[in-house]
Amino acid sequence: MIIEKPLNSAQRDDLRVIAGMMIPPSTEYDVPGADDERIQADVLATLGRDTKRVAAALDYLARLADGPLAALDAEKREAVAREFRTSGGVAAATLIRVVLQCYYRDDRVLRSLGLELRPPFPKGHVLPDGDWSLLDPVKARPAKLRRAT
Amino acid sequence: MNQPVDVLIIGAGASGAAVAWSLAETKMHILCLEQGGWMNPSEYPSTGRDWEAKFYGEWSTSPNIRGRAEDYPINDDNSPIKVVNFNGVGGSTVVYTAHWPRLHPSDFGVKTLDGVADDWPIDYDTLLPFFEENDRMMGVSGLSGDPLSPLTHPPMPPQPLGLSGPLIAKAMNRLGWHWWPSDTTVATTDYEGRARCINLGHCTPACAQGAKASTDITYWPHAIRAGVELRTHCRVREITTNEHGMASGVIYYDKDGVEQFQGAEVVIIACNGVGTPRLLLNSESGKFPNGLANSSGLVGKNLMFHPYAQIYGFVKEPTDSNRAPPTCLWSKEFYDTDLSRGFVRGYGIQFGRGAGPVFEAVASEQKGILPWGKDHHRVFRRLNGHRLHVSAICEDLPEEHNRVTLDPVLKDSHGIPAPKINYTISENSKAMMEHGLKSGRKILETAGATDICVNSPIPYGGWHLLGTARMGTDPERSVVNEWGRSHDVKNIFIVDGSVFVTAGGVNPTSTIQAIALYIADQMKQRLANLFD
Repeated sequence: MIIEKPLNSAQRDDLRVIAGMMIPPSTEYDVPGADDERIQADVLATLGRDTKRVAAALDYLARLADGPLAALDAEKREAVAREFRTSGGVAAATLIRVVLQCYYRDDRVLRSLGLELRPPFPKGHVLPDGDWSLLDPVKARPAKLRRAT
Repeated sequence: MNQPVDVLIIGAGASGAAVAWSLAETKMHILCLEQGGWMNPSEYPSTGRDWEAKFYGEWSTSPNIRGRAEDYPINDDNSPIKVVNFNGVGGSTVVYTAHWPRLHPSDFGVKTLDGVADDWPIDYDTLLPFFEENDRMMGVSGLSGDPLSPLTHPPMPPQPLGLSGPLIAKAMNRLGWHWWPSDTTVATTDYEGRARCINLGHCTPACAQGAKASTDITYWPHAIRAGVELRTHCRVREITTNEHGMASGVIYYDKDGVEQFQGAEVVIIACNGVGTPRLLLNSESGKFPNGLANSSGLVGKNLMFHPYAQIYGFVKEPTDSNRAPPTCLWSKEFYDTDLSRGFVRGYGIQFGRGAGPVFEAVASEQKGILPWGKDHHRVFRRLNGHRLHVSAICEDLPEEHNRVTLDPVLKDSHGIPAPKINYTISENSKAMMEHGLKSGRKILETAGATDICVNSPIPYGGWHLLGTARMGTDPERSVVNEWGRSHDVKNIFIVDGSVFVTAGGVNPTSTIQAIALYIADQMKQRLANLFD
């Protein structure tokens, strides 16, 4: 098993800032931002095979910002984030994905979305049978099957 | 020293399992070598809270992303469609969507009907009893009587329409277009020891309930009870031949990585449309300098993928999201050739019910319809749980430049040369995909969908690996004969999707398994003179 080098302090700071820009907290929906401490801890704990790409994305972000992202004023931070999103390639896409996959499994977020806090198995879900009379006009079509012989 | 066996099957997936079960009644000594292991459903993604995240890593359908020890790498840089598969007992049936259409009768006579490609040396009616036997073995749910599809007799009722099905159905009815509940291998009742579907939703990366038919839980238990030996974590490097030009066995690496020889009277290859040509090309020798069974030069050529043209959108009504099997309906409205459309042949349509929250967030962010910042929450709530998608499964015609070769550099963990894919989408397929997208847009708009997005082709959509060791009666134009035996090496048989002559416009697993059962039946009928 390959143990990836963990993110350093500057990378972790930038990760938190960019995550908060992606998804800020909302009182309207009663949800934390993606910079929330628990969500950030989940991201760092489950980076695994994505660590190298996320680190590369954060290094790229640091180059765009020419320093810590948090040190920039709001307008410059927005410009850096836009550039990161459009030119960051696979590394940026990986960072964005790991933030989203941790955010959208957080209990507070799922609760706000009206989703149950559980894996699909073993309870599953109940599906309505639906209106099968919708099939009547299709059943009325003449059967047609093209054949070579 | 391994004792020689009568029949050696390479690969325990869709076709290897079917052929093993069918041949078991001969009481021959049958051994199957599989490079992966048995699956453990308690470890499947839907058993954990991180079920969606796993799809991007260890449960990706791409072997290059997944990177399990059982996988081999594939150089698909020169292809807009990336290969997806699974290596383990059950093969890619562990991670397929369980959509279960058959090729149509017309698909076996493409040259006769439309003047393109080639006719198959067998027809639909020849395969019919094997389709039916396979449907019983795999356990199929569906509704008999589709006016535009071959008649089937699913032993279980169709999946519920759910929330998404009626939205699609109403739109199709308004357009006057055909739709029908799909045949699927999702058990809708308890069936042959399998528990019925409870709508885990996450069918593709394996079914923890065991409701989806993968061959590790359908064919294999029967085959093993009947005496077939299945040896796992055994990766075959090459097929060896003797002084008579017949296969003598295989060299493989066992679970400890130790090189072994296994002798066999008959070798059956069931490694899919990429793995099979890879193995044959890796089995070159002085007598077979261009690879085994390759006097035609066609091993690896004519690769067909089925380019998927996918379009999706978001309706006001709630859809099934991740709370149902992903596929439930099909349409054959555009399946047959109509030259006024600007292309020959046609496509099937596969409708999708929706997606889970992580998938939705990641996909919508990538498409630029899910913003960053304060609007994120409002927009996400409009998108999540409201997706419908439409995929046109386009018939790829065989072209020799679309091919599998051996990569000169890339190797698997045992040092065996990896396959390399060179593939381009033809002008005919592109025109078909455009038509599929236009049709899909019409369906979605009729359903009231907005924020319409396109994936065409679906980049990681190389599920169907077909045509790379085609069957035919002419040894100069085909690799195996009309009952699956190599023209060149008369004790080698190929039973997977490699033998397809043309691809049709539907998911191929049902047809692949019917062909495997048909070839096994042919072998059983000819046991006394199998090599004549």
